[in-house]
Amino acid sequence: MATFFGINLFALSGQLLVGLINGSFYALLSLGLAIIFGLLKIINFAQGAMYMLGAFFAWMALNYMGINYWAALILVPIVIGCIAILIERFLVRPIAGEDHLYSLLLTFGIALVLQGLFTHLFGSSGLPYKIPAELTGGTKLPFMYLPNYRAWIIVISLVVCGSTWWVIEKTKLGAYLRAGTENPQLMQGFGINVPLITTLTFGFGVALAGFAGVLAAPVYSVSPDMGSNILIVVFAIVVIGGMGSIGGAILTGLLMGVIEGLTKYFYPEASATVIFLVMVIVLLIKPAGLFGKEA
Amino acid sequence: MKAMKKTLLAAAMSVAAVTGVQAAGISDDVLKIGVLGDMGGVYADIAGQGSVVAVQMAVEDFGGTILGKPIEVVSADDQNKADVGSSIARKWIDDEKVDVINGAVASSVTGAVTKVMTEAEKITLIAASASHAFTTSQCSPFNAHWTYDVVAMANGTVKPMVASGKEKWFFITADYGFGHALEKVATGVINDNGGTVVGGVRAPLGTTDFSSYILQAQSSGADVIALANAGADMVNSLKTAAEFGVTEMMDVAGLLVFTQNAQALDPAIAGGMKLTTGFYWDMDDQTRAWSKRYMERMDGKIPSMAHAGAYSSTMHYLNAVKAAGTDEGKAVMAKMKETPVEDFFSRNGYLRKDGRMVHDMLQVRIKTADERANANDIFAIEKVIKGDDAFLELSKGGCEFALAK
Repeated sequence: MATFFGINLFALSGQLLVGLINGSFYALLSLGLAIIFGLLKIINFAQGAMYMLGAFFAWMALNYMGINYWAALILVPIVIGCIAILIERFLVRPIAGEDHLYSLLLTFGIALVLQGLFTHLFGSSGLPYKIPAELTGGTKLPFMYLPNYRAWIIVISLVVCGSTWWVIEKTKLGAYLRAGTENPQLMQGFGINVPLITTLTFGFGVALAGFAGVLAAPVYSVSPDMGSNILIVVFAIVVIGGMGSIGGAILTGLLMGVIEGLTKYFYPEASATVIFLVMVIVLLIKPAGLFGKEA
Repeated sequence: MKAMKKTLLAAAMSVAAVTGVQAAGISDDVLKIGVLGDMGGVYADIAGQGSVVAVQMAVEDFGGTILGKPIEVVSADDQNKADVGSSIARKWIDDEKVDVINGAVASSVTGAVTKVMTEAEKITLIAASASHAFTTSQCSPFNAHWTYDVVAMANGTVKPMVASGKEKWFFITADYGFGHALEKVATGVINDNGGTVVGGVRAPLGTTDFSSYILQAQSSGADVIALANAGADMVNSLKTAAEFGVTEMMDVAGLLVFTQNAQALDPAIAGGMKLTTGFYWDMDDQTRAWSKRYMERMDGKIPSMAHAGAYSSTMHYLNAVKAAGTDEGKAVMAKMKETPVEDFFSRNGYLRKDGRMVHDMLQVRIKTADERANANDIFAIEKVIKGDDAFLELSKGGCEFALAK
């Protein structure tokens, strides 16, 4: 086997690929957070709970209504987006003018309520969810066995992240969006319905978490605390990428997946902390984050 | 004459009170059982509210009163935090006249609680914790460790696999006290039986993605991946192993799997996996009869071994209080240790000198989808392991008070 300084290169390529798969998950989740923070200046701590909700809704859809994975992948994010719109309209908006801390505490409270509710309803052990039949099995690569479902995760996450970035940064709709958050009064003067745009953006950002939840259901344990486990890491990624930078969130997500994957190979004990270590270093050197603009 | 008798009796009683001689009977006119556990966290399903219900069932079956005094059950959430658990225990003893604690799930909490209880000379019935420290290095004359421990798990699961020729092992270990203890004990069993450990990783608690570790296990050349973790960590690592096709090439041994965890796994993934348990609800008529009553109170949820152990330990304790005629810790423990433990949960059981309740353990296999009659039909029992073969020998545990002559 090919080795380099005693490191098995085959094993290393496997770890890199696995890191990239996790990274695409991180990218999807941090993208939602970055949109909500970057455009609306809301620190949404309920993003993890919405991810959990996505996985549970996929399970409920299958077991109560017979809706399969593919339909759930489209329907669940829409349902979650609608829930988010209600949350924005009736809970977040009344405190819109207040300090960031208010929205942080509010969304954190929502997350705790949801997590408690689902523990009460479904218990803490988790629920089983099958990999869809079309994506079972895998491909034998020279250096590893790549399950088809993992390949699907990479592809679909990159497609969703890429198109979101393109819509926000490159289209007229995205331009309205960015302008509306930069100077709402002026935009309203031009006849643009800014509150509507705000609500829809929040809904979309949260729907991304729901989407990631459905994507995660077949491979991770569907349990009430699945969201709180991953949320802190995702927040660290958004901070590293630069709060509010859309492209930064995506690239940092992928990068951190790879860094975490390598840590799991070389020194597994540190894998839960390495992202925070990177965060500390980045904040010391470039406080605005890797892709953030200096304030 | 009658008045004379009364006066004499009163005099005798006041002498007893002044000299501090404790009269037999129930202190504070009530026997209070405190059920402590994780009520809303990761262990809520395997213990939690179910343990409270199990203890209440034992009290009701006992008749609700003891030596003419009422029995009460109180409960609290320790949040899996040692400091929370020990302060609740202290409050229960000081302010609420609690006589015995049943529960404490996370081994860290149990360690803290048993210390408080030992100082107060009151008994802890440990029904859900895994660490074998409570009857070895941290043993106490007031501990009764009931359902299972890491040694029984390792002996029950690992030994037969090594004997059948699966000699090379790779560990995926939860990186905290419980995981380390399980790994250490299992490694001992592997080495003693002629096997070797070819590698391992220590994954932080709450790791979501295990694919990196599974790849490392795959390239290690091991015959078996041992999962020295629990709960969601165990479920996630097993799911990933199946996804990466590892389960077809090598065996996976779950060292601590509760029925609730097995239920959370797709039978296509978990079917066929062997493990050890202290109890299975569907073993025989006795276990089914009790479990049926439990399920009626728990919305149809099946009991875990911790729930059954909570009932069994409470019942044994109450019988001992009755036989001893007092709720004083030392006297009750002495009675508990001299009476065999034989009920729907415990077979050929006895409470050993060091506080280990030795009873028959079950080696089971998770049923495949085809074998399952319904959602609660999870294990097939392969073998009964004699208690003395499953648990660590008294002489090897190093529990000082139990070994002292």
